[in-house]
Amino acid sequence: MNINKILCCCGSGLGSSMLVRMNVEKALKQKGISGVDVTHSSVSDAVEGAADLFVVGKDLEEFVQNLQHVIVLDNIMDMNELSEKLDQYWK
Amino acid sequence: MLDFIINILSTPAILVGLMALLGLVLQKKSIEDVVKGTVKTIVGFLVLSAGASFLQTGSLNAFGDLFNYAFGMQGVVPNNEAIVSLGLVDFATDTAYIMCIGMIANIVIARFSRMNYIFLTGHHTLYMACMIAVILSVGELSGFALWVSGGLLLGLIMVLSPAICQPTMRKIVKTDELAFGHFGGFGYWFSAQIGKLFKGGKSTEEVNFPKRMSFLRDTTVAIGLTMVVFYLVVSAVAVSKGILDADATKILADYPNLGGLLNVGSETTVHWAVWAITSGLSFAGGVYIILSGVRLIIGEIVPAFKGIAEKLVPNAKPALDCPVVFPYAPNAVLIGFLVSFLGGIVGLFILGAVDNALFPVALILPGVIPHFFCGATAGVFANAEGGLRGCVAGSFLHGLLITFLPAICMPVMGALNFANSTFSDADFSIMGIFIGNIAQFIQGNGLMIVCIVLFLLPIVYNFVMPKKAPKTEQ
Repeated sequence: MNINKILCCCGSGLGSSMLVRMNVEKALKQKGISGVDVTHSSVSDAVEGAADLFVVGKDLEEFVQNLQHVIVLDNIMDMNELSEKLDQYWK
Repeated sequence: MLDFIINILSTPAILVGLMALLGLVLQKKSIEDVVKGTVKTIVGFLVLSAGASFLQTGSLNAFGDLFNYAFGMQGVVPNNEAIVSLGLVDFATDTAYIMCIGMIANIVIARFSRMNYIFLTGHHTLYMACMIAVILSVGELSGFALWVSGGLLLGLIMVLSPAICQPTMRKIVKTDELAFGHFGGFGYWFSAQIGKLFKGGKSTEEVNFPKRMSFLRDTTVAIGLTMVVFYLVVSAVAVSKGILDADATKILADYPNLGGLLNVGSETTVHWAVWAITSGLSFAGGVYIILSGVRLIIGEIVPAFKGIAEKLVPNAKPALDCPVVFPYAPNAVLIGFLVSFLGGIVGLFILGAVDNALFPVALILPGVIPHFFCGATAGVFANAEGGLRGCVAGSFLHGLLITFLPAICMPVMGALNFANSTFSDADFSIMGIFIGNIAQFIQGNGLMIVCIVLFLLPIVYNFVMPKKAPKTEQ
């Protein structure tokens, strides 16, 4: 699976999704992965095709259950959890 | 040449672009990233302006007129995006400078006081900057004095709001490393205090609660649905009062924005209910565009602010947007929303009764977005202190609070006094009521001194007062 674009989502797509975006960027950098476009937006924009991988908090799980590649975070600020869940896509 | 520079520095879109540029350069980003980020920020501002005019002409102006016709009073939709887009028409440059100085002031106060929080909810920083610009301009401040006074106030509220939330925040996330940064802070603190009265009960998370309402977390859907309901109700009342049978020119003279409803100048006739539905959904569309613009504006500025702040204040706690607490208590989120919304409806009727019997007030409609985000957060905070019963009581009173506070704040809102929208979250109203009323009595330089003194208080306190050993916050 080739992930080129990651979309982080929250309710209005302003605050927490941006923090998650910064964490995703940081995690990818630590793993030495480059060339992935990471953006953030509201869950309204979380539709198949908008990105290769979606990252949301657990409270928004229902919005992304029909999407193919999804990371659901129990704690949206936990770097370790995020890093582990990203590893599934970059083995 | 000087004219050209002044022109650039007073064109808000370019000004925020320059802020982003500065932030990106300070982070030593590559040239491509700097160009990309700067352009996106400027485009974001222009998108915001476009959304603002769409929201007003397509929906909000007509709503205000129609509400006035139907009920003979001012109906106000509390929605931050809507009111900020109105405020930015006249105060965009001031807002941009206040936001910039405010973030610097936040770093200063985090470094030199005991409230070492870095406020990372960028859209709220932007909205609060706009609010402060409007309020202080009532106090006859302008230009540089306005920017400095406003920036210092902004920096102060950026640490005060997280500080009052921290005791409960610590209980929710079970660490002192994270702070809570959302300008509903006073409301959450209030809700948590109510929750404390019910100490020791069952937590919301120990009961089963249906999750079906959570589809309203989608902002566009939530705003669209509630605005359609509002429009249908208000239109139906207006129609029952005979607005469609009256002379259209006469009505337009008093209510100039109702041309769409009355089918003036159009060849097809639109049924009033269809008009109400499309207008309600246009409101959601306008907010959607504004949100896209805001997202572009802060998308570059906040990471830069975070990077710089982390270097200058190494032990600072990041203050994060409200959904950060939602996963800790999903039931409290839904109960908080529903009960706060109920409080909003009860509050609406109380305001109506006050307007009827005592004195004229603006009618604050229950906005679904503030009740969702703020109500949900109030629910989580109250639950952390007082369990299920605390959650219900806290969120209900919070719903009343964010209905009454904006109504109290409206008279001091200066240029936005008669707008059909207002700020929704508690801290905006508290700031408005507090500073707005000071600005009625102290103006000009005196007001600037008040702002400077307020800003310096926590810093002086830190150096003068001895630190209590167990409670020092590192």
